[in-house]
Amino acid sequence: MDTRDVSGFPLTLEGDPTPMVSFRKVTKSYGSLVVLDSLDLDVAEGEMVTVIGPSGSGKTTVLRMLMTLETINGGVIYVDGEPLTHMPEGGRLVRANNRHMRQMRSKIGMCFQHFNLFPHMTALENCMEGPVHVLGLSKQDARERAEELLAMVGMAEKRDQHPSRLSGGQQQRVAIARALAMRPKVMLFDEVTSALDPEVIGEVTTVIRKLVSEHNLTMLMVTHQMGFAKDISDRVCFFYGGRIEEQGTPDELFGNPQKERTQQFLSAVKEAG
Amino acid sequence: MSYFEFLSQYSDRIVSGTFITMALTVLAALLAVAIAVAAGLIRMAPNFAVRGVAMVYIEIFRGTSLLVQLYWIFFVLPLFGITLEKFTAGFVAVGMNLGAYGAELVRGAILSVPKGQWEAALALNMSPAKRMRRVILPQAVLIMLPSWGNLLIELLKGTALVALISVADLMFQVKQINGTTFMSAEAFGTALIIYYVLARFMITPFMRWLERFMMRKMGRA
Repeated sequence: MDTRDVSGFPLTLEGDPTPMVSFRKVTKSYGSLVVLDSLDLDVAEGEMVTVIGPSGSGKTTVLRMLMTLETINGGVIYVDGEPLTHMPEGGRLVRANNRHMRQMRSKIGMCFQHFNLFPHMTALENCMEGPVHVLGLSKQDARERAEELLAMVGMAEKRDQHPSRLSGGQQQRVAIARALAMRPKVMLFDEVTSALDPEVIGEVTTVIRKLVSEHNLTMLMVTHQMGFAKDISDRVCFFYGGRIEEQGTPDELFGNPQKERTQQFLSAVKEAG
Repeated sequence: MSYFEFLSQYSDRIVSGTFITMALTVLAALLAVAIAVAAGLIRMAPNFAVRGVAMVYIEIFRGTSLLVQLYWIFFVLPLFGITLEKFTAGFVAVGMNLGAYGAELVRGAILSVPKGQWEAALALNMSPAKRMRRVILPQAVLIMLPSWGNLLIELLKGTALVALISVADLMFQVKQINGTTFMSAEAFGTALIIYYVLARFMITPFMRWLERFMMRKMGRA
């Protein structure tokens, strides 16, 4: 079977409401290792979906594909109704060109486990870089936007510091502000607290909680913080072996998991935590 | 004749030769940096044919003798209608040769910028050119500066070869002085000291300063 054949997929998603993000039979493999196996996943506008699962279950790959950091081997991803790495041409879907990819990528923002702030720029410059050099904002406008966001994440006072002078928690908060400065419709959080010391995890989760309660952003988050996931998610997906083994509301999934693998994973995590 | 008398009699020529050597070094260094950045970037192009151009360049200029390259540029190119004045031929040969070594430094430094930086720049939707210019290169510069310090010292010493096409640099002047006075130890000893002083007390401190300057820009000082 040719998994690259996308002739059966719609050119765009219609219907009301259209999911903000939609994975349709998405496959990813490295050689013979299948990381994602025909994944179907819809995320509604404004929804907060958390992905949990053992390492190697493909959960980070979901986010990385959505950010176009990984190519996809089969299926189609739609963002805001339009195909992400494909585009309609002559009545069928073809591989997207750079222009289409950049247009689609502008809808998505991502925060990483290791923050990945630009070390040669101050916190403020990190947050102005995209708006000035990608969106074409004036320096004045970009600065106002960046200062507002840095204030929102509680980093206004450290705006002139370089990342090397900031703690992990502070760096991650700047990274969130940097991603938000691009005004994405979808925000991706890839294990954003995993590299942090326990005592500073709270300052990052507080910011994410604030985003959930005050903004209508669509969010996908990979995390190992089960308590946090339970508190803020609309839906939790448990990944196992490249598939969604089980999904549901936090209450359903954490309170009454149906599948044995989910139960095993949750009790193992509880044991460790 | 004492060494003091030797110096007072020939210092004019030694000084003028030293200035020519310094000028050659600066011009060759500028050319080498430009070539290194260009060839280093082209060497990483996605297209094989484009990449091939840089690979061939680097192979030829690293794989053959600088002296032979110098003779080619000065004696052979005129046969193809390209005639360079000897001073120009001198710094062009040295610059092109060291630029080939520099290209590998540039490439290595770019590759050693953490992958997360590329990903963050892509996540901000920066174009490939902006990613390189605004995010990767500034960090690569800091990584490669120490190796460039070595390369520039090599470059300075390499300029001595241009004496062989009669550019009146330091080496050429002391050879001439030796030819008329036969004071070999004094003549070549002076050259030895001057090359060492240029390398040790001009290039090295300059590169250290540049490193500190770049570190400060990165907020690491």
